[in-house]
Amino acid sequence: MTAERVRVEDRAAFLTRREHRLLRGLALVGLVAVWEALARVGWVPVLFLPSPLGVLAELGELARSGQLLVHVAASLQRLLLGFGLGALGGIAVGVAVGFFSVAEAVGQPIIAATFPIPKIALLPLLILWLGIGEPSKVAVIALGVFFPMAINTYTGVRQADPLLVRAAVSFGAGRVSVIRKVVIPSALPMVFAGLKLGAGTALLLLVAAEMIGAESGIGFLVLQAGNLMETTRLMVGIVLLSLLGVLSHWSLGRLERLVIPWRHT
Amino acid sequence: MRVVVEGVSKTYRDRSGQEVVALQDVSLAVAPEEFVALLGPSGCGKSTLLGIIAGLLPPSAGSVYFEGARRPRRPLTATVFQEFALFPWRTVQANVELGLEELGLGPAERAARARRELEVMGLAGFEGRYPHQLSGGMRQRVGIARALAVDPAVLLMDEPFSALDAQTRTLMMEELLGVWERTRQSVLYVTHNIQEAVFMADRVVVLSRRPGRVLADVPVDLKRPRVESQQGEPAFVHAVEHIWGLIKSQARSALLDPGREGP
Repeated sequence: MTAERVRVEDRAAFLTRREHRLLRGLALVGLVAVWEALARVGWVPVLFLPSPLGVLAELGELARSGQLLVHVAASLQRLLLGFGLGALGGIAVGVAVGFFSVAEAVGQPIIAATFPIPKIALLPLLILWLGIGEPSKVAVIALGVFFPMAINTYTGVRQADPLLVRAAVSFGAGRVSVIRKVVIPSALPMVFAGLKLGAGTALLLLVAAEMIGAESGIGFLVLQAGNLMETTRLMVGIVLLSLLGVLSHWSLGRLERLVIPWRHT
Repeated sequence: MRVVVEGVSKTYRDRSGQEVVALQDVSLAVAPEEFVALLGPSGCGKSTLLGIIAGLLPPSAGSVYFEGARRPRRPLTATVFQEFALFPWRTVQANVELGLEELGLGPAERAARARRELEVMGLAGFEGRYPHQLSGGMRQRVGIARALAVDPAVLLMDEPFSALDAQTRTLMMEELLGVWERTRQSVLYVTHNIQEAVFMADRVVVLSRRPGRVLADVPVDLKRPRVESQQGEPAFVHAVEHIWGLIKSQARSALLDPGREGP
């Protein structure tokens, strides 16, 4: 008599996730190819859906005439200034509110009350206060970035491990040292999550602000092209915005790796 | 310097607002170059007492003081934590330098002193690693190097090896004793393990279950340097049995009522 043998199979095989590198590359290329094909066949009028190659040509045209540089430079300047001011302010307020009980008592209700306001609704007020020029645009972006930064930083600071704080104090650290050497490093991952969140908000508010009162910028380009039914040019604007979004996310990721090396080694 | 704990009590409120007496009228002293173990069942307030001595918690009554000539730039205490408490964003070297930074030493002296202590703890070559790249035993070596680097009047060790596996723990105990033989740093060593306490210490202060009170102060009559084989000697066995007799009933009631460690 031979004993029956049952071989154990890997029953979790279907749970392993593969990377599908080729498919990843093809997905994007495929989307553009289908789009180009649709435009070529002529089923959809160019007015509604310009071809990708047409958009590329228009981009080249804008670059040659120098308009591209003007618009992109104007947008970048507003974006960087607004994002930088908002992020710095948010981090400072977040650390203060997270660490000092007095700042928390004062700051938390104020932030909770003002955070839900859609920042775009404040633009007319900001224009009234600061004029139609650059300051009001920068201010609305800064405000939009400030809140996610302040809230994320606050959360990060509150999550600092009390054991590490005690350890630092036991080795003689005072208030300043604890903030610098324990609280801020603990909060950094949350700070970066806030920066990524804020970058999206900043882009949204940039376009909105440029659509309301500007003579330059990518938002202005998009709105003007729409009004003139220049769909190809409008698409150039949209592509530029998407590039800007991808670029900001990528560079923040790079910066994160640089600043938080202990998480990636 | 001599550390004196005089009549220290600690009462705190738990979450339901009830008063809990963690420590009641605890008095003890650690002489220079003395290795004292603080032993008790879980929930006897050992860690609370260590926190009070380190100045991290205020006592409700009584006081802690240090007697003797104070050397400049020498901190009163340095603590080795059960959960290591290394800073994940600092390399091994930078972790050890933390206390030296707070003492106001310059970069060159900090680096030299940190490297010396890392060498003593067998961590040469690991200076640039981050804590998460090290094993538990290695991490606690960093924790010990960090505390030794500041040369405190008394070294406080809060169950330093209880998060390690049994083999690592035995090796680390011997290693710590080896370092202690050379430095003769006064130590207050918290543990709930009787054998560990007797093997390491000159004196074992036994605390009762909550409220923590000093039950007994048991001198250990074993030659130094200590070696593992001494654990078979009558003096060792006798001390262990004596202490076990003192806390057996307490440990049993702790088993039935899962008490918590201090606040």
